[in-house]
Order: sequence, then C-alpha cells, then structure tokens
Amino acid sequence: MSAHSQAIARASGSRRAKDFAFRLGMFLCLGLAIGLLGLLLVDVARDGAGRLTWDFVTSFTSIDTDQAGIQAALWGTIWLMGVCAVFIVPVGVATAIYLEEYADDTKWWNRLIEVNIQNLAAVPSIVYGILGLAFLVRGPLSLGPVILAGGLTLGLLVLPVVIISAREAIRAVPPSIREGSMALGATQWQTIRRQVLPAAIPGIATGVILSLARAIGETAPLIVIGAATVVAFNPTSVNDAFTAMPIQIFDWITRPSNDTNNYAPLAAAGILLLMILLLLMNSVAIWLRNRYEQKW
Amino acid sequence: MRDQPVTEHQDRQEETAGLRRPLGVRSGDGSPVPAVEGVPQERRKPREAIFELGDVQVSYGPKPAVRGVTFEIGKNEITALIGPSGCGKSTLIRCLNRMNDLIPTAKVEGQVLYHGQNLYAKEVDAVEVRKRIGMVFQKPNPFPKSIFDNIAFGPRVLGMKGSMDEIVERALTHAALWDEVKDRLKTNAFGMSGGQQQRLCIARCLAVEPDVILMDEPCSALDPISTGKIEDLMMDLKREYSIVIVTHNMQQAARVSDKTAFFTVELDDEEHRSGRVIEFDDTDKIFTNPSDSRTEAYVTGKVG
Amino acid sequence: MIKGLLMLAALISILTTTGIVLSLIEETIVFLGDVGIGDFLFGTEWSPLFEPPSFGVLPLVTGTLLISLVAMLVATPLGLGAAIYLAEYARPGVRKTIKPILELLAGVPTIVFGYFALTFFTPEILRSLFSLDVAIFNGLVGGIIIGFLIIPTVASISEDSMSAVPQSLREGAFGLGAAKLQVTMRVVFPAALSGIVASLVLAMSRAVGETMVVVIASGLVPQWGANLGDAMETMTAFIATTAKGDIATGSTAYKTIFAVGMTLFVITLIMNLLSIRFVRKYRQVYE
Repeated sequence: MSAHSQAIARASGSRRAKDFAFRLGMFLCLGLAIGLLGLLLVDVARDGAGRLTWDFVTSFTSIDTDQAGIQAALWGTIWLMGVCAVFIVPVGVATAIYLEEYADDTKWWNRLIEVNIQNLAAVPSIVYGILGLAFLVRGPLSLGPVILAGGLTLGLLVLPVVIISAREAIRAVPPSIREGSMALGATQWQTIRRQVLPAAIPGIATGVILSLARAIGETAPLIVIGAATVVAFNPTSVNDAFTAMPIQIFDWITRPSNDTNNYAPLAAAGILLLMILLLLMNSVAIWLRNRYEQKW
Repeated sequence: MRDQPVTEHQDRQEETAGLRRPLGVRSGDGSPVPAVEGVPQERRKPREAIFELGDVQVSYGPKPAVRGVTFEIGKNEITALIGPSGCGKSTLIRCLNRMNDLIPTAKVEGQVLYHGQNLYAKEVDAVEVRKRIGMVFQKPNPFPKSIFDNIAFGPRVLGMKGSMDEIVERALTHAALWDEVKDRLKTNAFGMSGGQQQRLCIARCLAVEPDVILMDEPCSALDPISTGKIEDLMMDLKREYSIVIVTHNMQQAARVSDKTAFFTVELDDEEHRSGRVIEFDDTDKIFTNPSDSRTEAYVTGKVG
Repeated sequence: MIKGLLMLAALISILTTTGIVLSLIEETIVFLGDVGIGDFLFGTEWSPLFEPPSFGVLPLVTGTLLISLVAMLVATPLGLGAAIYLAEYARPGVRKTIKPILELLAGVPTIVFGYFALTFFTPEILRSLFSLDVAIFNGLVGGIIIGFLIIPTVASISEDSMSAVPQSLREGAFGLGAAKLQVTMRVVFPAALSGIVASLVLAMSRAVGETMVVVIASGLVPQWGANLGDAMETMTAFIATTAKGDIATGSTAYKTIFAVGMTLFVITLIMNLLSIRFVRKYRQVYE
C-alpha cells in the first residue's frame, strides 16, 4: 500500500467534528426562528382560546369585559377588505398588463414606473397612513375617517404587491400562446383578454388574496387615518366611521386592566380570530395555486 | 538503487511517504528497477496500477446506469474513456474521486481500488480522496474571484504551507498559462477566454499537488486551437501525474492516450439500457485492430 | 386607446409616490419654518406637546436606530444561518416543509408580535428567564422581537441568492478536496454576497419602519440615551400615538406627524434604493 492509500483511510477527525458542529449550528438558527413562532402561537392560543366564543363574535365592545365582543370590528374589517379588493384588482391588473404587454422597456418613464413600484413595496406602512390622512381623510378629498378612506389607504399599501405578483402571473404565460393568437389575426388586446388573462387568472387571484391577507392585519395606517376604537355598530355604507380588528385588538392591549376587567384575554381572543381568518385566506390562496398550477 | 533520476514530484511523494519505492516501477529506458531490500515480493505487473476496477456498477435509483466495468488505470499514463453519449463514461469517471457522493441517489457497487485500497471503504474520507484525485470539468468553472485567488483556493483550504505566490506561479507555469496571465493575476477569472479558463482550472487542480487528474470532456466546450494547447499540456503532465480522460473526440483519444476503454450502451436481461465497457486495451490496438465488432464500428465512424 | 387606459392605471402608482412626497414635503417645510431646521435635526429633546415645546428629533432617530440595530443583531445570524441550512444542507423534503413555515412567520401581523412582546416576552423571558432588570416598556424587547419578525426577509432572499449559485462552482471546489463547510463559506457565500447584502439592507429598512411592536412594547417616552432597558420611543411610535388623538389640521401637533414622517421616509428610501442596487448586481453575475 502506498502513502496515498494509507492517507485516505485516515479520516480527519477534527475536520468531521467541525463540519458537524457547523451543520448543527445552522440548523439551530432555523430552529430558534421557528421555535419563537411556535412559542408565540402557543402563548396566544393559551391566553385567548377560552374567550373565543360565539358570544365574543356577536357582541359589541364594552367596558365590561364579560360583555365585550368583536362584532363591530369584524364587520369593519370585512367592509374594508371589500373596498380594498374593489380598488386593487382593476388597478393592479391593469398596471401589470400595461407593464408586461405594452410598455417599452427602453423608455425612461416606464423604467421609472418599475423602480417606483419596487420602492413603494418597501415604504413603511405608517407612511401610507400619513398619505391617507393628508389626501383622503382631510385635504383634497376630505372623505373623513370612513370606510372608503380606510379601504383606499390599505389598497394603496398593498397595490405594489398585487402588481408584482400579477406581473409574474402574466409573465409565466408562454410567448407561444400570444404568438399563436396573433398569427390568427387577433389584436393585442384581444389576445390579452381572451388568452393571456384567463391563463394568468389563478396566479393573479393568488396574489390578490395574499395581498388582502397582508392588508387585514395592518394596524398602523388605520391608526393614523383615524379609525375609531370604541364603536358599537356595524358599518352600513362606505361613508360610515369604522373600526377594524387590528384596531380593536390594539385598544384592548393598551387598556390597563384592573380587578374587575381584564382586557388581555379579549385581545388574545381577537388575535386568534384574526389568525384564523388569515389561515383561511392563505389556505384558499395555496389551494388556488395548486389546483390551477399550469406546467407549461 | 536508482539508475535514472526521477521527477521532483515522485521525490516529494516519497519523502512524505517515507516508503521505499514499490516493486515493479520501470525506469526511463524500460529496464526493471531492482527490488529494494526488505520490501515483500508482490505480483509483478508490467506497470503500476493506480486504479483497479472490478465489475463496477453505478445506479441512480433502481436501475443501473453503467455496469460490468473492469479494467486498470496505469501510473503516468493517459487512459481514455470513449464511446457514444449516454453510456456512463462521465458516471464512471466521477466514481474515481467519489464525486458521485454529492448525488444522494447514486449507488456504487463493485470494487474500486486506489493504490490497493478500497476507495469506498467505510473509513475512507471522501475529502482526503479528492485532495489526491483532482478533476477538470467539461465546462470551465472558475470561481468568481481573481486568477490568483482561484489558484490559491485549494492550497488555502487544504492548509498547505509555503508562499502562496510561489505556489500560484508554479501551478500556472505547469499549466502553460503563466506567461499569459502573470501581469493580471488580480483580475477576475471571468475575463479570460474559454481556453484560458480551462487551463486555469487545470492549474487550480495542479496547485493541490494531486496524484491523479480526471478530465471529463475537458475540450468539448473549446475551439480547436485551445484544444490543441490542452492536449499538449496533457502529454506534458503525464510525466508527473496519471490522467484519465473522457472524450467524445476519437481523434483526440487516438492522439494523446496510452490506453483506451470503449463504452457502449447495452440492453440487459430486463430490457433496460445501461452502459458497459466492451473493450479495454492499448490505444494503438483499439484503433487499428479492435477485438470487438462494436468497437470497430465506432472507431471507424460507422456508428456513434 | 386601451393602452392609454392601462397606462393611466399604471400612473396611479406614480401618483401615490408623488402624493407621499408632496404631502410630507409641504407640511414639513411649514413646520421647519416654524421650528428651524437646526433645532429639528440636531436638537436632543423631543417634547412637542409640552409648554414650552421642544422639537429636537434626535431622540426619536436614535431610538429607532438603536432598536433596529438590536433587531439586525438578532436577524443577521439567525436569518443567514437558516438560509445557509436551507440552501446547502437541508434535504429537499425538509426544505419544502420549512419554507412555507417561514412564510407563515412572515405573514403574522405585527400587532400579534406586539402583544407577544409585552405580555409574554418581557415578563417571562427577559425578566424571569434571564433575570434582566428591564422596565415593562423597554427598547430591548422591541429590538429582539422585530429581529425575529424580519428573519424571513433575510432568510428568503439570501436563500434564493445562494441557491442561484451554479452547481458547477460547488463541484469545482469539492473536486479540489474542499470540505462542505469550506465550499459553503468560501465559494457559495461570497458568490451570493450581493443578494445577501440586499436582504440585510431591506430587512433593516423594515425594522426602521416597524410600528406596532414598538408602540405596544417599547414605550412612548423619547430617550436621549442608549439604555435599552428603559422605554424608548421611535419615530413610528410617535407618529402613531400623535395621530391617534383628535388633532386639528394645521396645528403644530399635526405638522410634527409630517416632519417625523418625512425623516422616516427619507431614511427608508435611501436604504431601499441601496437594496435594489444590490439585487440588480447579484442578478447580473450569472447572466
């Protein structure tokens, strides 16, 4: 046996130990992150599960914690999401179509729009609240702190996300489909309307649902535009004052508790309900994505 | 006793090994070197075998990709693996330095001996294996670093002692690249041409002072002039290293190699296609008077 | 015609940015006219609602930056470690189950993290488990929790970046006899560096802009100092609490929202532009 054959049989112990320690360390990083999430969910569930009853969902808020419920906030959130969706779907999809199908990349204004959208996606959400306050609630439109203003503000916040995911859905449709349609004599718009869009709809829908899932949990912009916290009615029109789930939860968290009234379980129950809604929305989005996923 | 001067490389190997030279090595003029005292008698082979492959079979999953591989790779020789696409040449060469370990579903059966030691024994460390058996790939793959850092990478991670400047210069000279790049060692390796990048990869491999160099179609992505330069380099390198090369280019195999193994695809008993070695012999014989008709068909250009 | 309509839709995004910038600039300019830019930018006391009021924004800025720094100290090792594990070590099955879980972490509303920070983390972990002498509202918990919150940002972009490094580079390194640790840290990680840096800058930008966690758990008293164990108000927390009350348009309090908002916007804008530049750089390397 030569030196070579002897050397390769002598495995380097310290090197293997280092490799293992490194791998373990990286795994622990992942574990810690997920561990904290688990801890958080367990804590919320433990605090709130007892209080999440049907009464809770159907009662209005009250100083008396035995009576308090989240109904107004739940309906407020539902109305807000409605307005938000009505805004982001046409505007987001139209923008995505424009950027993907019509816009000439070499023109500076189109590139500006793209960079702009990327920037907007990373602006802190509270700044959108300031925007809403200055232009929608007061200022030029002066809508007041109503559902319409809230829904539009949230819409502006998540619009970049909708645009980006709609663009990806449209981009995923292969050029051959467009070419086939145009070769038959269809115009660009006809091609988009009848071929590209239908093919991209599942991806777009997934993006919209995920955007709404993001919007539903946003608190800061709603605080700034003046969502109310003690509201004992459900909205009946877009011009009503409103509260929303995150706002109501925030109110309960920051209210000092005393011997007769403990607000912490209310907050936890509200959080649980919010998480359940989120889970539902994400599940629908994932189901959509898997069900209609096209392998081109 | 030694009649002939041996190369620096072997000197260094023996210094570190502390062994006397094994039996059977021929000196330059072909006469056998007398046995050194105290070394036990071994089977005398006409040349020293670096690798001994016995009925090697590789599978990526349930069915084998290549089977029935049995031949030897000789020291200071160039052994070529030729044959049509898909018959397992690349798969086989990757067994020789345990690169198939990187593919979770790969399974290697049969005997692969390196200097008499089972390469796939449990206690063998694949990293140590690869220090000694280097590889050059089909598409040049320099790191996105400077030329200097590319060459120095291997010595640095292996903890080799000595001046990096010297190590790098020596490797680049060995690979016939020094004059071309000596003034731009700190520039990014991607700025070189394809042929230069491949020679850089060879230099990178040489810097860790391997025993064997495996080349998986090293010239298939290059132009004829670069190919010629690398072929010349190979003939030069075989004085110090043992080389195994996979090539699609028959003329290349005929030009540079000493021994050739011809692979082809066969249907086995279960109607599954897998590669196997049909013939292994001196290159001259394979190309002028092959024993198997399939070999003859391939080398005369009738098929493949 | 259709094209025109679509372009109009696209312009809404431009309008949004213009609106943000305009609204912020206008009120800020008026505000600075009243207060003076030097006093604002370099003053160290922030008490706008006192008599006499003081408008030095530095305590808010340092509060924000300190908490964000703590967040980065948490998110950088954990996020990069998770990314390295997922990109280089995890089996495909593990990767497929873990990635959605990380997405889940990213989808939890920040108010939930705020609740967790105040009601569990400060009392049970910081005070009880680690026996730290921190106030009920403190900067440390804000930083730590925000750190966990931004881990998915770091992990997901860094992991993409590392996975994009071609396998041929790894093979080349393995072929030279490098061990996996060396291949990962000396070849893959440096090759993916610009994407990794982009993820860190983006994560920090998120930390700076984060509101609910700090509003709930870090207190509403601006601190000119670096005591993480005490309450520290951030720019975002200030904006949120001020806007919560009923403030008259045009009042000083109203204007402070915009002035601080402007400061926040400029800081995050710079970070975002930097991050976009880095992302573009990493995309180019392999094209």
